[in-house]
Amino acid sequence: MNPLVSIEGLSVALPPGGDRRFAIRDVNLQIGASEIVCIVGESGSGKSVTAQALMGLLPPGLEPLGGRVLFDGRDIMHQGAAAWQRMRGRDIAMIFQDPMAALNPVMAVGHQIAEQIRAHRPVGGRAALAEAAGLMAQMGLDGSLVTAYPHQLSGGQRQRVMIAMALSLSPRLLIADEPTTALDVTTQAQILALIRKVQAERRMSVLFISHDFGVVSDIADRVAVMRLGEMVEAGPARDVLDRPSHAYTQSLIAAVPRLSGSPAPLAPQKPLLAVTGLSKHYRHGGLLSRRSTRALEGVSLSLQRGETLGIVGESGSGKSTLARCVVRLVEADAGEVLFDGADLRRLKDRPLRDARKRVQMVFQDPFSSLNPRHTVGEIVTAGPRAHGQPRAAVLTRAVEMLKLVGLGEAALPRYPHEFSGGQRQRIGLARALMLAPDVLIADEPVSALDVTVQAQVLDLLDKVRRQMNLAMLFITHDMRVAARICHRVMVMRQGRVVEEGATAALFGAPKSDYTRQLLAAIPGRARLEA
Amino acid sequence: MKAVLLPFLARFLARPQSLIGLCVFIAIVAVALAAPLLFPKGPFAIVGMPLLAPGTNGLPAGSDVLGRDMLVGLAYGARVSLLVGISSTCCAVGAGVLLGAVAGYYGGVVDDVLMRVTEFFQIIPAFVLLMVLVAFVQPSLASTVIGIALITWPQVARVVRGEFLALRTREFVEAARLVGESDMSIIFRQILPNALPPIVVIGSMMVGSAILTESALSFLGLGDPDLMSWGSMIGASRSAMWVAWWTTVLPGVAIMVTVLALNFIGDGLNEALSPRRRQ
Repeated sequence: MNPLVSIEGLSVALPPGGDRRFAIRDVNLQIGASEIVCIVGESGSGKSVTAQALMGLLPPGLEPLGGRVLFDGRDIMHQGAAAWQRMRGRDIAMIFQDPMAALNPVMAVGHQIAEQIRAHRPVGGRAALAEAAGLMAQMGLDGSLVTAYPHQLSGGQRQRVMIAMALSLSPRLLIADEPTTALDVTTQAQILALIRKVQAERRMSVLFISHDFGVVSDIADRVAVMRLGEMVEAGPARDVLDRPSHAYTQSLIAAVPRLSGSPAPLAPQKPLLAVTGLSKHYRHGGLLSRRSTRALEGVSLSLQRGETLGIVGESGSGKSTLARCVVRLVEADAGEVLFDGADLRRLKDRPLRDARKRVQMVFQDPFSSLNPRHTVGEIVTAGPRAHGQPRAAVLTRAVEMLKLVGLGEAALPRYPHEFSGGQRQRIGLARALMLAPDVLIADEPVSALDVTVQAQVLDLLDKVRRQMNLAMLFITHDMRVAARICHRVMVMRQGRVVEEGATAALFGAPKSDYTRQLLAAIPGRARLEA
Repeated sequence: MKAVLLPFLARFLARPQSLIGLCVFIAIVAVALAAPLLFPKGPFAIVGMPLLAPGTNGLPAGSDVLGRDMLVGLAYGARVSLLVGISSTCCAVGAGVLLGAVAGYYGGVVDDVLMRVTEFFQIIPAFVLLMVLVAFVQPSLASTVIGIALITWPQVARVVRGEFLALRTREFVEAARLVGESDMSIIFRQILPNALPPIVVIGSMMVGSAILTESALSFLGLGDPDLMSWGSMIGASRSAMWVAWWTTVLPGVAIMVTVLALNFIGDGLNEALSPRRRQ
């Protein structure tokens, strides 16, 4: 049987002056009827460019150089704009990582689906809306949401709307570009199940793009692995995942963190940091409004020297607010933060500055956490200089810390944009270590990184923790990451602590239903833990 | 810094308008600087009969209603226009950046109070306020500069506040607070450099509008009486507009060309500094 899509020897050139000549090079890929094919790769591997070429949506500056793209036996790469317009939506539909950006914020979602239907088929407004409502019901969305606006929906609901819109014209191919990357793990599991279900019902083909081997193993019939614009390995999912033949695929799969093998808890000592009853409510609206959102409610924790405590939770669980309340970037409403005997919440001015020096933080976003207008040297030395330490000593320590995080002295005069995401996180870590802290708070430090880089940064954090005998508060949404480096784990939900315990014990035998749900939703668990 | 500056210059000069604007502006600055050397007798010296047409009696731009050399007046007028334009903009940008930065960085009550003050200046008809101010104290170069700065700083303050509101939540600002940098250091060393592009653009545009405002004041006779400015030249010659066109048209063209050049520069800076174009 002929495949629905056949990409043959496709190459796309990058504009001159880039770090390589081709965005993708000599890519061959077949997508059969009613088959889910996954393209896996790290950032810059060319997986999205492949999808864009298939959709006729290559960004300006990227030119197809050679090869063919056959859809149902017809070469579509060289067709005109009008032909593409007819094909998109009707034959090939697409869903994206960020549904908020793809939806019109001032139009009810049901009407947006109806609009798409009417753009391709001669149906009346009412009939189209009824059809839209039917589709939304199939996606598990409540009937009342037909007239809701995108901002009133949760991330998972928005992605369901996008899928309903994509399916409204019964396309034969659905391209899903990282559709669950921005979602919480439990929502991700639901959306993956939904995609599988509609694919099976409609006997549709799906091209699924992901960086996450867990997700891939949950959904793929066949897998293609891309690296630096080239396809290194392709085959049935079971073969590629269980018996990867290419060294790169093997290293990618090995880098996926496992739930098992977490460090054993330390013998209890006097805690260095003890938080009791921390609460924070965000008030919004004007003077007359009394509405507020609970971010933290009576959270307590303790942390000793040399220990890593993981704070795990989905978005809105309050884990980032907790970190910011501890260091007083956000002021809590109530509670106590005892650090080395003193309540951080009562300190002011000079004593606060001195105490804060010993509690440092590594941030999530490798792009916004470094000032783009300062050199690495200025960035890492700013803290000690603010504390009036002598220049020469500061510079010596800066070189020492940059070496510790795996960068050299050569980094000093360079600007952040000259570094990759992983290197930037290392610079952020060096900045935090410059003041010789006792406590390091890491707020999702690896969630923006590719899986291989993620593993390296996690190992580095663990090494630094051991070398400097740091107490580390490690905040993450990813339980696989937490399992890799945390001695103890605390699960949070809606501002409260759900449960807490030694990592291996908690993940091995969770006491609460919520933790069980979270663990069950980890993508690819069955295959990767086996 | 060199690595940042060179591509920026290349982007800026890639637009023909920016290049033209820059060349014209440099020429005007050169004329203004050279005026006392070229015409040591000054713009008020009477050189011949009134209302001589351009090209007669060796006067390339003719003479005005009192028989003064128009060319000398234009050259000296450039000094006043540029001086007022640049110094009032510097004052306005200085005040606007300071107040906008404080309002945006601290937020809350500080922001509320400062923004109400800003609005107070924005709801009063600006030119009327300026006329009252200048007429109340002696019309002089200093009162003109301060008056113009007083009516233009709020727009800078609003832009700077907006930038600071957006930038203060960035993680590098949180990191700076954590490592113990002072508020002043965070405002001026961390945030301000990132807020510079819109300030530079708005500043270059403001020089042009300040020149226009100065001309309007001088036209109404509220400029410094001891200085020859383009606006006062037009004002003094308006009775002769119908018999001697050059007395009003030439200074008018000078104003127009200068403001246009500044706006070209402003547009060019905007294009070159906007992150979207940098890709």
